[in-house]
Amino acid sequence: MNAIEIKNLTKRYRDVTAVDGLSFTVREGELFSLLGVNGAGKSTTIRMLCALTEPTSGDAYLLGKSILHESAAVKRLCAVSPQESAVAPALSVKENLALICGVHGFSKEKTTEKIGELSALLGLQEVLSRRAGKLSGGYKRRLSIAMALISEPKILFLDEPTLGLDVLARSDLWDVIRALKGNVTIVLTTHYMEEAEALSDRVAVMKDGRLLVCDTPDAIKVQTGAVRFEDAFVRIVKGVAK
Amino acid sequence: MKKLLTFASRNAKEILRDPLTLFFGLGFPIVLLLLLSAIQASIPVPLFEIAHLTPGITVFGLSFMTLFSALLIAKDRESALLERLYTTPLTPLDFILGYTLPLLPIALAQSAVTYAAALILGLAPTPSILLALAFVLPVSVLFIALGLLFGSILTDKQVGGICGALLTNLSAWLSGIWFDLSLVGGVFEKIAYALPFVHAVELERALVRGELIPALPHLWWVLGYGIAALALAVLLFLRQMKKR
Repeated sequence: MNAIEIKNLTKRYRDVTAVDGLSFTVREGELFSLLGVNGAGKSTTIRMLCALTEPTSGDAYLLGKSILHESAAVKRLCAVSPQESAVAPALSVKENLALICGVHGFSKEKTTEKIGELSALLGLQEVLSRRAGKLSGGYKRRLSIAMALISEPKILFLDEPTLGLDVLARSDLWDVIRALKGNVTIVLTTHYMEEAEALSDRVAVMKDGRLLVCDTPDAIKVQTGAVRFEDAFVRIVKGVAK
Repeated sequence: MKKLLTFASRNAKEILRDPLTLFFGLGFPIVLLLLLSAIQASIPVPLFEIAHLTPGITVFGLSFMTLFSALLIAKDRESALLERLYTTPLTPLDFILGYTLPLLPIALAQSAVTYAAALILGLAPTPSILLALAFVLPVSVLFIALGLLFGSILTDKQVGGICGALLTNLSAWLSGIWFDLSLVGGVFEKIAYALPFVHAVELERALVRGELIPALPHLWWVLGYGIAALALAVLLFLRQMKKR
């Protein structure tokens, strides 16, 4: 079954078309990357898929649920770790996790269980009592992902999860994302081509709100005749610009 | 209900754990009270008599509630925490109450500390002080609603300027706390009396004197502005929620 099915999705803001007739599918359990330069429409696409922004036209289905007509069901199926850290800075890591458990109505026992499970999965045990605002960039991202995973989403959107992280923190986070792979469908946006290549089953490249290509990283390299995936990406994006 | 309480408790922690909140929320009104009482001891002025001054300082202290709530909302918007929370089962009402309710006890505590300090400085201990303290709540709703309103449309830096500087100054100049508005008179006085700040101060002053009936017209002004500000705040909050 397809986890996500996008059909001619369009979003216009006055004179600007942020997403223009987008159509593709993401399979269940897949790690799918959405690539593009700034302003390509990646974040807008994610916000529409999470039912946070209404499309101007078109529709998308998350495990068969329409973002237009079943937005509440869509919100239950997915979770997002936004580009910004999206944590409560004055709360400790544990309190941040408990906050999300609380707003989902979890019992005390389930909250304790979830905090234990996710802090182990994301490697947060040693910083559980530290305030989120004082964490390093890498730990903030891990906390952000842990908070997104609390509701046990079927589809997880990671919007530029490694932005601004150093090499080691990024490598650690890649391990975390790899550990999640298979259990949950992941849609990732990133500016780092080596990240997309290392982690993704398939990638979609967007420019000016439109889809340029959607395939595996290897297939895209073959199509463009490039050895490095980054070169393939540049050729695709510049090729359209010509 | 549990969802709302969890969110409200987070907001309370976020505000109370900021040292600036403690200084401006609790310390600053007391500093003002001590300073002006010291001036009063040297150069007596009827305006700064403790029974006249304390209600004004109390209302001035409440203007910081606008800053606290607006900053919290603006920061939550910018850090995308709100965006994350929009994907949870929290309803729009949970958001509005969750941002409003935690500030009410904080406002009440701030006012109680101010009146307690005034009692030490010589304010006569009468039951009417308890009444004045109770009527801090509608005044607080006005200031908190203004915070919700500004937090929904401004960035945290803009909030610092608009609420931290402009609004606190407006509420100070146009409230009759620091000088008698009739001394300026004219358009200035008319503008001041068309706004809620002076009415909030007059309401508290009348209640401290134990005059309930003369306090009522001022209460209607405060309630009217409070309800209007809250309605507009809800509208703007929902609009930015939909916009996201």
